[in-house]
Amino acid sequence: MAENKVRLRIVTPVRELYDKDTEMVIMRSSIGDVGILHGHQPLTTTLDYGLLRIINGDEEIKATVFGGFASVDSRGITILSDAAEWPDEIDEKRAIAAKERAEKRIKSNDESVDIVRAELALRRALLRLEAKGK
Amino acid sequence: MASMRDIKRRIKSVNSTQQITKAMNLVASSKLTRAKNRLMDTRPFFQETRKVIAGIVNGSKGISHPYLEKRKVNKKAVILITGDRGLCGGYNANVSKAAFSCIDNKENVSAITIGSKGREFFKRRGVNIIQSYTGISENPDYSDALKIGRLALDLFIKEEADEVYLAYTEFISTLSSEPKLIKVLPVDVSEFGNEDADDQALTIYEPDEEAVLEYVIPKYVNTVIFGAMVESAVCELGARMTAMDSATENASEMIDSLNLLYNRARQGAITQEITEIVGGSGIYD
Repeated sequence: MAENKVRLRIVTPVRELYDKDTEMVIMRSSIGDVGILHGHQPLTTTLDYGLLRIINGDEEIKATVFGGFASVDSRGITILSDAAEWPDEIDEKRAIAAKERAEKRIKSNDESVDIVRAELALRRALLRLEAKGK
Repeated sequence: MASMRDIKRRIKSVNSTQQITKAMNLVASSKLTRAKNRLMDTRPFFQETRKVIAGIVNGSKGISHPYLEKRKVNKKAVILITGDRGLCGGYNANVSKAAFSCIDNKENVSAITIGSKGREFFKRRGVNIIQSYTGISENPDYSDALKIGRLALDLFIKEEADEVYLAYTEFISTLSSEPKLIKVLPVDVSEFGNEDADDQALTIYEPDEEAVLEYVIPKYVNTVIFGAMVESAVCELGARMTAMDSATENASEMIDSLNLLYNRARQGAITQEITEIVGGSGIYD
């Protein structure tokens, strides 16, 4: 069934995370989850913070993607993200600590706190923990 | 003729200089290998981003966006990427000169410098520096590129600069590199090339073309800056390696000629001593 596969590349500024043929890719676009199969119509979409699921038969691999955008064309799917990582690269303790720190910042009512930044940090931490949890 | 002791002292000092240059050469070459790998890792991202932007702009004719819009050029901004340290041949001077070449009127230019050498260069020439970064050029981080990119986009949007240029050094090989000056903003898509036109006409954009462009162009600017920083870092190390290699070689040559001088002086001294002893003993009287 090699002809029914789609090429997936995940590229970040510092490295190329993934470059293989897959059956299906599910990603979190800014307007909802999108699943891409072989022969998809050309598509360019921005991505939200979310889990990327790469499905190959019974096997499913996950990766965290922190924003960026995806472009689908006849050559395959290219995901360009500022940061992306595999669950086993995530340091769980660090993520928990980051989550607590961010929550404290948001609740603190301190004017000097950059709420947007704290929220982003919280979302990153939550996503990392979600990836780690399963 | 210099005395033996003087020559010996010089040999010693040249020798220790040579040791330093040799060590710097080794350090630079081992760092260079690592930096080169990083460069290879950043290139795909840069190329893909370019492709997507070109696709959007070429695919949807007549799209307009502030970042793409050409304005009458009154004010310019220049981003200059140099190293923090010297001892790397003409690396810093060459790229600084390239940056300076786009400045026709100092009053209307604001400069952003990366690396202390570039900052000194502009300061000496009286160019207005609005922001300077030091300590990041050897090991560029993407978050630094983000900061600089945001600053550049800000300048452009607030019309404090009608064009933004970037001066960096392009890596060709370890032995050769070339200073480059490119225009970052407004983004000029015509340079990107157009590979697969049939794909683009059918492409759907989510949420829509403008939103994607709005998101992708800042990304592109950041990527260009980051890529240039990484590339410049490689060039700096390459230039330092070459410079230190030739310095080591020069030191060797110098030591050789000093040794020759030293031996000649030694021989002269011995001959003189023998003459004195023979003369003093009175054999020939």
